[in-house]
Amino acid sequence: MPIEVLLVEDNPGDVRLTQEAFRDANPSVHLHVASDGVEAMAFLKREGSHSEDPRPDLVLLDLNLPKMDGRQVLAHIKADERLKTIPTVILTTSDAEGDIAKCYGLQANCYLTKPVQLHAFEALVRSINDFWLTKAKLPQTHV
Amino acid sequence: MPLEVLVVEDSSGDIRLTREAFRDVNPFIHLEVAHDGVEAMAFLRRQGDHLHAPRPDLILLDLNLPKMDGRQVLALIKEDDALKTIPTVILTSSEAEADVLKSYQLQANCYLSKPMHFEAFHDLVKSINDFWLSSVRLPQKDDEEDEQESGTQVPHLRGRKRSPGMRRNNDNDNDRRRRNAH
Repeated sequence: MPIEVLLVEDNPGDVRLTQEAFRDANPSVHLHVASDGVEAMAFLKREGSHSEDPRPDLVLLDLNLPKMDGRQVLAHIKADERLKTIPTVILTTSDAEGDIAKCYGLQANCYLTKPVQLHAFEALVRSINDFWLTKAKLPQTHV
Repeated sequence: MPLEVLVVEDSSGDIRLTREAFRDVNPFIHLEVAHDGVEAMAFLRRQGDHLHAPRPDLILLDLNLPKMDGRQVLALIKEDDALKTIPTVILTSSEAEADVLKSYQLQANCYLSKPMHFEAFHDLVKSINDFWLSSVRLPQKDDEEDEQESGTQVPHLRGRKRSPGMRRNNDNDNDRRRRNAH
């Protein structure tokens, strides 16, 4: 059974690094990418070209995104009865205390800062995989 | 400076195993225990005997508890603006899908089921430590913001700005800012 992960990230370099790190860490992960907040919401609500896309088991959400900000995406996910049960992990370069407090207030499941060094970034993706996709019990997907 | 973890658990065996496992994996953790849901809420709200209780950095919450159920404790935490930002991890023997779904609906930060065997339990505690108390950025405590704003130290509140994990992450601050500038 593939594990569906939605990565919401506008930086193509970070998208590529995340794809490569997941490929190494867990080949059963299907990584889907939305490059802005509007596309992320369309994916989650299966609108437009996303009508056949799966419901993700996990969302990795950047904060600074074009069109619709990651904080708004998070607020939409956690205010939606159907979407709020999807674990949503903030993965961002921001380590501002204000962002951290705001995201936990909006019920982000956890907040991670992207390390700059490649090996540290790969280790973080491995730890996301080990914890969220191996140890944690995720809600069963309701198709 | 210790990280404060509140374990809400009624089984004395599980409390002991959790204590021993945390002692092995991270000596900076200060473990507090509430044995039922009512005590957990009194601890979090600093009521009664818990007037001087520290605000936990992380809560490990069992579901099946005397006096007040873990689901109710979770609901109360997540509807309280002062408490909702504390990451609350469900740690229970229940593997029922309904419990998993209900917990995420109530905005549990994550759901873990307790393994039966000691070694697997020890590994899980190590994972909790490695992920939640080392990799994850935890929110700064409101108490400390108050202290910083007023410039006075409230005597019964422990001042602690950052966890060891946070400090490690901050080593990259300058690099990150440089990268963000592009």
